[in-house]
Amino acid sequence: MVRKLIPILVALAVMGAVLGLAALMLIFLGQDWEDALFWILAAVMIGSAFLVVTMRDIIRCGLAMIVCFGALAGIYVLMGAPLIGAAQVIVYIGAISVLVLFAIMLTQTKDAPARLVFQTQAGPAAIAAVIIAVVIALAVTATDWGELTERVRLSTDAMSAALFNDFVFPFEIVSVLLLAAVIGAVFLAKREPGGPS
Amino acid sequence: MSNSLDVYLILSGILFAIGAFGFLARRNAISMLMSIELMLNAVNLAIVAFAAFGRFGTNQAGVAQGSVIALMVMAVAAAEATVGLAIVIAIYRNKHTPLVDEYDSMRQ
Repeated sequence: MVRKLIPILVALAVMGAVLGLAALMLIFLGQDWEDALFWILAAVMIGSAFLVVTMRDIIRCGLAMIVCFGALAGIYVLMGAPLIGAAQVIVYIGAISVLVLFAIMLTQTKDAPARLVFQTQAGPAAIAAVIIAVVIALAVTATDWGELTERVRLSTDAMSAALFNDFVFPFEIVSVLLLAAVIGAVFLAKREPGGPS
Repeated sequence: MSNSLDVYLILSGILFAIGAFGFLARRNAISMLMSIELMLNAVNLAIVAFAAFGRFGTNQAGVAQGSVIALMVMAVAAAEATVGLAIVIAIYRNKHTPLVDEYDSMRQ
């Protein structure tokens, strides 16, 4: 019981720490609400992503993934790209998460959640992940990104102009790709008559 | 503070690292696919951050270009999830387990 709760407690601690930091910044340093909202969403996103990879019950992992995608959609909206946020909600929360939850319900046996969640290589994997994060952070902070321009809000008409003028060929390719993916998925998941049940 | 590109890129890096850990460490095939989705989301966050801070061009057309790339990544991720989950279900039908370390019929 206690072992089940450990990842949840760790994620809650991380979220609480970042939330407390955001509240302190808001109160004492006079930051604006946008900053506080960003930190809250970032804390929720990282915490729920951590829950996705550590919780034992895979259905709860799927639900935590929905929370993670929702927080990321909020970050997109804060960044000035509300259309991307809407697409995130529709595609990821509406389609991919539901697909994942269906696949979970189709493939889980009763004893699956009680068994070992991690492979034997979990320790080296954790070390490698920490190294990846540290290297990315170092590379980002060491790179000179030029002078910071003001953030540009994405206007929907400029985006649709780009999508249907400059990028109309990739757009059509994506439609063919999605059709191929649907046909391939139906073929793969189809149960052959006379095959193994 | 939230108005700098570094913060978004580091956030994206942390999310990518969490996804990589999940992909390497989890035993369940669907958990691995979920970790791949996390990594794709991290990449998308980096792309949108670059676009929003004018790295594709500081006018509206540049921002629109980056956002279109992010939308393309979302479409490809949807296709990948569809095919990946279909493969997992097809394997599950033969092996009756979703755990990847029990898929050892090709190991000789």
